[in-house]
Amino acid sequence: MIENTSPRAAVPSGGRARPSAARLRLQALSATAASVPITLFGLALVTFLIGRVVPIDPVLAIVGDRAPQDVVERARLELGLDQPLYVQFWHFLGQILRGDLGRSVMTSNPVTQDIARFFPATFELATFAILIAVLIGVPLGVWAATRQGRWVDQAVRLFCLAGHSLPVFVLGLVSLLLFYATLEIAPGPGRQGLYFEGLVDERTGILTLDALLAGDMPAFRDALWHLAQPAGVLAFFSLAYIARMTRAFMLAELKSEYVTAARAKGLSGLRIVWGHAFRNTAVPLVTVLAMTYAGLLEGAVLTETIFSWPGLGQYLTVSLLNADMNAVLGATLVVGLIYVVLNLLADLLYRLLDPRVK
Amino acid sequence: MSETSTRAWLLSDTPGSRAQARWGRRYQLWLAFRRNWLAVAGLAIVLLMLAMALAAPLLATQDPGVQNLANRLAPPSAAHWLGTDELGRDTWSRLVHGGRVTLGMVVAVVILVAPLGLVVGCVAGYAGGLWDRVLMRVTDVFLAFPRLILALAFVAAMKPGVESAVIAIALTAWPPYARLARAETLTIRNTDYIAAVRMTGASPWRIIWKHVAPMCLPSLTVRVTLDMSSIILTAAGLGFLGLGAQPPIPEWGTMIATARRFILEQWWVPVIPGIAIFLASLAFNLLGDGLRDVLDPKQR
Repeated sequence: MIENTSPRAAVPSGGRARPSAARLRLQALSATAASVPITLFGLALVTFLIGRVVPIDPVLAIVGDRAPQDVVERARLELGLDQPLYVQFWHFLGQILRGDLGRSVMTSNPVTQDIARFFPATFELATFAILIAVLIGVPLGVWAATRQGRWVDQAVRLFCLAGHSLPVFVLGLVSLLLFYATLEIAPGPGRQGLYFEGLVDERTGILTLDALLAGDMPAFRDALWHLAQPAGVLAFFSLAYIARMTRAFMLAELKSEYVTAARAKGLSGLRIVWGHAFRNTAVPLVTVLAMTYAGLLEGAVLTETIFSWPGLGQYLTVSLLNADMNAVLGATLVVGLIYVVLNLLADLLYRLLDPRVK
Repeated sequence: MSETSTRAWLLSDTPGSRAQARWGRRYQLWLAFRRNWLAVAGLAIVLLMLAMALAAPLLATQDPGVQNLANRLAPPSAAHWLGTDELGRDTWSRLVHGGRVTLGMVVAVVILVAPLGLVVGCVAGYAGGLWDRVLMRVTDVFLAFPRLILALAFVAAMKPGVESAVIAIALTAWPPYARLARAETLTIRNTDYIAAVRMTGASPWRIIWKHVAPMCLPSLTVRVTLDMSSIILTAAGLGFLGLGAQPPIPEWGTMIATARRFILEQWWVPVIPGIAIFLASLAFNLLGDGLRDVLDPKQR
């Protein structure tokens, strides 16, 4: 099965009619898509195994450690913990496929419901962060590439290295100190001001969008104001990466012959850079963006802790500190799933957009 | 041997022995590396920090665990160079001792992970076939998690602490090395010199160990150095979330976590360990960048 789906198998084996480019691309796409179930299976297995090595007894976590012996035994049987590991894993897989991630001990809600409630906040934060990162990072990278070796380039390089090296939680704390406490231009932690809490109907869970849908401009401005600081902090790391990659892609393009030709034709520098060279970096950049977006999930855990942002990351850490294993594993699995999907998307986009990839 | 003749011996175009050729090559790499002042600065900071961590008991002005509640959250002064923390402990002493923990964690992770990635990658790349597919699938699964999230889940399953943090980070850190080593092996596998070694009857293990793995080392070294900064950030992040080293152990991330609530009033207490993390991470990045230019020019 796997052999047929490996990219190597997609190469024509000397048949009479050569498969069309479109068909080749389709085969490559299906090869990528076929690897996903295996990865997801592994994801579930790793999560399951982590859940099994926990020193916390899941039975005692539910019935309490003062429960009589027969209650403990009954709960153990109900949870299926007397079964061999592979049977337990089989049940676990079935549960996941049914969308059942168990019940959180802490909130006593189903974990899926909790995640659905906390996810929009993380989505809002990460999306806003990537917007900031692209809007600043891409021009910065292009600028550095056009001035290769000059002081601008060096400054951008140092800036990127600093972005890679600065822990997001330190940046968050310093940002709070500077913008909130000293300059008093940013609001404190949280998603909205006290006054606005509960004023806007929750439809998508994305506060800025909800406020817009309700046509409540003051609430929108408040939500945006609260969003700006954590998103900016979260964006910093990705910004550095995006700028660095943009620079590298642009350098490769600027050295190519069509740029020399365009120069010889007398096109303006602006047109060569943005109209010709930059357009050719778009494809690899899209891939980088999808991967960066996935990486933001990681930064979100720390950023949300600093800014008391009620998202998936905070849910994960709070559950962790309360030893709420169902919630931890559920959140880990969901984050892993999003990560896989985004990486797949990056791969697919690359194959679809770049005609040279076969 | 005088200095000029050492230099001539090192730079000789016709080395008389293997050792001379080897040292000559190293010297040339050093000359190339030296031209990049940022990389040299990175190396200097890394060496300085390692030296400080090793000599921590000598450099610390006080016992890092001694509390003095009467003098808590003090600003930097002559008695306490970097001030004191929320329990009146000397921040400078805790910082140098914390370097032992944080940098020690990084070194431990690298020692665990780099050989593992190298072996997995070389075996997968050289053996090919089923081995390759199975090993790379396993690698993909671990790559499918964001590093910090997987580490978090692992630490949650074990007990929070330095050892579990090291194991958790190691578990999430090896796949990129395996990928890299495999890619290198694939290009080496079909070269003539490997064919020649094979023809002399060398066993696959000998070929991998003696002829393939050494060729993977330069790019792996670059990757490990660049990765050290992200390992530092993950270790500190775990500490910050309360899942790495546990108080009262002085670890940089943990120090920030416990002093976090004083950011608005006594900002230096959490910011100083933050600067230490930043510097260490930046130094490894600068060093890695410089090493890449020297060892692995095709990756630029």
